[in-house]
Amino acid sequence: MTNIKEPKKYEVIGTRPLRPDGTDKVTGRAIYGGDFEMTGLIHGKILRSPHPHARIKSINYDKALELEGVIAVVTADDLPVNPDGNISIGYSRGNILAKDKVLYVGHAIAGVAAIDPHIAEEALDLIEVDYELLSAVMNVEEAMDSSSEIIHENSFMKEFGEMTVTNNNIDEHFQHKMGNIDKGFENADLIVEGKYSTVMVHQGYIEPQAATALWRTDGSLTVWNSTQGSFPDRDELSNILDIPISKIKVVPLEIGGGFGGKIPIYQEPVAALLSKKAGNPVKIIMSRKEVFESTGPTPGGYTWVKIGVKNDGKITAMQSELAFEAGAYPGSPVGMGSLCVFAAYKCDNQLVDGYDVIVNKPKTAAYRAPGSPNAAFGTEQVIDEISQKLGIDPIDFRMMNAISEGDRRVDGPKFPVNGLKQVLESMKNSPQYQKKLKGSNKGRGIAVGYWFNVGLQSSCSITVNTDGTVNLIEGSTDIGGSRASIAMQAAETLQIPYDSVNPSIVDTNTVGYTAVTGGSRTTFSTGYAAHLAAEDVRDQMIKRASEMWGVPNDSVVYSKGQFSSDADPELSMSFKELASQLENTGGSIAGKGSINPKKVGGSFAGSICDLEIDPDTGKSTILDFTAIQDAGKAIHPSYVEGQMQGGSAQGIGWALNEEYFYDQNGIMNNSSLLDYRMPTSLDLPDINTIIVEVPDPTHPYGVRGVGEANIVPPIPAIANAMKRASGKRFYNLPMNPPAVISKLNQDL
Amino acid sequence: MKYVDYERPTSLKSALDILSEKGDVTKIMAGGTDILVKLRVRSEQPDLLMDSKEIPELNELSFNHDTGLTIGAAVPLYKLYADADVKKYYPALVDSTTIIGGIPIQGRATVGGNLCNSAPSADSIPTLIVLGATASIQSSGKLREVPVSEFCTGPGSNVLKSNEMLVTINVPAPADNSAAHYMRFIPRNEMDIAVVGVGSYVKLNASGDKFESVNVSLASVAPTPLNVTEISKFLSGKDVNDENIEKAGQLAKEASKPISDMRGTAEYRQHLCSVLTKRSINKSIERIKGA
Repeated sequence: MTNIKEPKKYEVIGTRPLRPDGTDKVTGRAIYGGDFEMTGLIHGKILRSPHPHARIKSINYDKALELEGVIAVVTADDLPVNPDGNISIGYSRGNILAKDKVLYVGHAIAGVAAIDPHIAEEALDLIEVDYELLSAVMNVEEAMDSSSEIIHENSFMKEFGEMTVTNNNIDEHFQHKMGNIDKGFENADLIVEGKYSTVMVHQGYIEPQAATALWRTDGSLTVWNSTQGSFPDRDELSNILDIPISKIKVVPLEIGGGFGGKIPIYQEPVAALLSKKAGNPVKIIMSRKEVFESTGPTPGGYTWVKIGVKNDGKITAMQSELAFEAGAYPGSPVGMGSLCVFAAYKCDNQLVDGYDVIVNKPKTAAYRAPGSPNAAFGTEQVIDEISQKLGIDPIDFRMMNAISEGDRRVDGPKFPVNGLKQVLESMKNSPQYQKKLKGSNKGRGIAVGYWFNVGLQSSCSITVNTDGTVNLIEGSTDIGGSRASIAMQAAETLQIPYDSVNPSIVDTNTVGYTAVTGGSRTTFSTGYAAHLAAEDVRDQMIKRASEMWGVPNDSVVYSKGQFSSDADPELSMSFKELASQLENTGGSIAGKGSINPKKVGGSFAGSICDLEIDPDTGKSTILDFTAIQDAGKAIHPSYVEGQMQGGSAQGIGWALNEEYFYDQNGIMNNSSLLDYRMPTSLDLPDINTIIVEVPDPTHPYGVRGVGEANIVPPIPAIANAMKRASGKRFYNLPMNPPAVISKLNQDL
Repeated sequence: MKYVDYERPTSLKSALDILSEKGDVTKIMAGGTDILVKLRVRSEQPDLLMDSKEIPELNELSFNHDTGLTIGAAVPLYKLYADADVKKYYPALVDSTTIIGGIPIQGRATVGGNLCNSAPSADSIPTLIVLGATASIQSSGKLREVPVSEFCTGPGSNVLKSNEMLVTINVPAPADNSAAHYMRFIPRNEMDIAVVGVGSYVKLNASGDKFESVNVSLASVAPTPLNVTEISKFLSGKDVNDENIEKAGQLAKEASKPISDMRGTAEYRQHLCSVLTKRSINKSIERIKGA
């Protein structure tokens, strides 16, 4: 509306208020998935496969049912039948409860509900499963070998978009092509290539998956869980259990971390089936071992990269082949990895091949910029190698080849306005980069990385209270401070203080469809929806004021929290005053906003890492670290910095120590937080942050989601620092002390 | 976790009576930081859990210049490492006990429990071995003393019989010109299990240029904490110099019998035995010279 005077600068956006959920969380009052209690609640446990690959010949749970205190047992036979043989539904259900085969250690086979969790656990031992063992396929190289054991006997490889008749462990092979790759390499003065491998790692959220389900006798199902998206959970439950979404309500409880891993559901359908049989609400909480073995980590695999460059530093050709572990069912993030592998670089000749490969490991799920770190571990090291060989500063080299608005990504779309060059500039000017790093066994590495903002649907509503505050009703579960960042946008639009907005996160019956808290979308999309709802409230308030004053609607102006009218300078009323009169002037006001934004921009991030290697033990110590990221507009700078530091911390862990350590039998040996070796606070440096703000023009406040891109550059930045500290290039993760010692001794 | 009975005897006699009667189905708990985890993952399923924390003899912590240090089996780590005499005369015990778990674990865990748990990676056992500590083991009517170096018999197993319990650990009084030190290697900086741990004890001559005796004990490189007697034999009477210390490192490497697992490869562990033995011996020497 043209009669709205926008404030010159933001009043709320850019400030750092307290988060509304903070006190309850630090005092332990907040209700997380595992805290849920209800009359009649019983406890479920899940029997899981001890084998990575085996045929289930029979399951007998008679003895388990006889144990005192056991109320119900379910297996895949209790899932709906799939008469059409729909492969996708078959995979979804197969990962919930194994049907004919177990495909990884930890694959769920049966659920038991009992009056307490200990009895349920004891009952698991009484379930007899007869297996026929099959050989396991544990990595992409093995799986892509045509002689390997086939994991899905009835599925066929898709190649270049077409279904083939090839039955192997490659679910899909795709290709993106731009220009003429051969000509590009012919024109190059220098070509560098390398194959870079990563291993499976887990998001490592602190709260294990926890869910309670109640299947009522009227056929309705309610689920209370810890989730990144209650609406997608509802869709998935409907799909897996074959009941309409109108019969399902998902109530999201507080969530203790997700990073993508709490987008899929695991034990919810099992709890639902147990509840259907038992008649009681059934709660299932995973152990940490189950979290590692039975949820969705991010894949290992390889990224092979070949880049050609002129002596003056111009890139002429970029080629990559990426093969990622999907896990037991299709759907690795190789598709996204292939779009990110060269995202930062302008080059007319590109060729990228991707392979989604089935292996006998848990089905992978999203983890913070899924696929992009694996890809960047290759690209950013090859780029570093080239800049070293050409004697060009690694930031300058990237700047020379950085994409601009209008340049094409390998799969076709043109990049919208983005902050890559500003990120590189900030890296160059950062206090850390400006300072010389001196001493032996020390090195500095830099890298950049890209991730999308996914957009997707969000809805909000806002109701006005008579005291001038508003209630903000939203469907985005709050993982990283989104209650605050969304409320701040509503407050800004309504021109009221942040404290006057009371956010509530509600269930799937109480707000419009809202997609996951993930994909760097929540502050963008749900913030956008809150802004639209706030505009709706504001416009209704303007209308109410015009009616009260008997002046034309378009004469009413709302500025700095005051309504006034051009028709009569005497007329003036604050938001609070008008709110107090709503009851007698037509009733309360509620606004709504829904959005499904398209063509949303993404975010570039950079890392600078200084480290020192102990040449005797191989241990790397990070001396200094700076994270730089384009936030578009930082709504709550502290939470933007928190995301940047969190992504950096996870990247550091992934680079140096984390891994799924499998033995020869396909069993993960380190499925505990003790031996999985995520970094503790003592393993991390103070992570400096520099927020770059190049607004995304598709968002009213210019927001770019910042949740993910920050995990991409730390891993190659560390590898590049290690190269410069040791003279050795690291081609495999993790770059842990034994790997460093073996590398250092290679040429001895 | 299976349901389990719980007893908390308040005298040594009643504890020993319980063990005489049901020792074969009883697990003794001190801090519980190992046993409770084992119960939870069902790797141990005793019928009875006997809490030893209320037994007076197991709570003794005393130092005497002639007889040395007595550590009751139920004394929590935080009491041990905060003790003035321990800090002054046994800094190696502080090295060991301040790196077992984090603060909450140190509030409950005990050296006695660490010894009886008998993990090859236990951080306190190499220190006890190099200090020449003994274990006082009691059953109804019988007390026996076992050198800590002979206490462990395999991963998680030891010389304790089902009717016996560890009452105290006794560490000899410190000798002049001597010091001990413990260090471990972990890929992180805290909250981890030793990839390799090395305890060293060094006694020098009065002028400080010759080794009189040296004990080195290694964690995580054999089925039990390893007492490297080859180093004691080699260094006794030798000059204090880099060459001899280098050789000690080599002997540690040769004595080790590590396996490859998720915490490190055998080759890497052997490499670390040499690196850490040298570093630990040097640290012990620094302690002597700094005193």
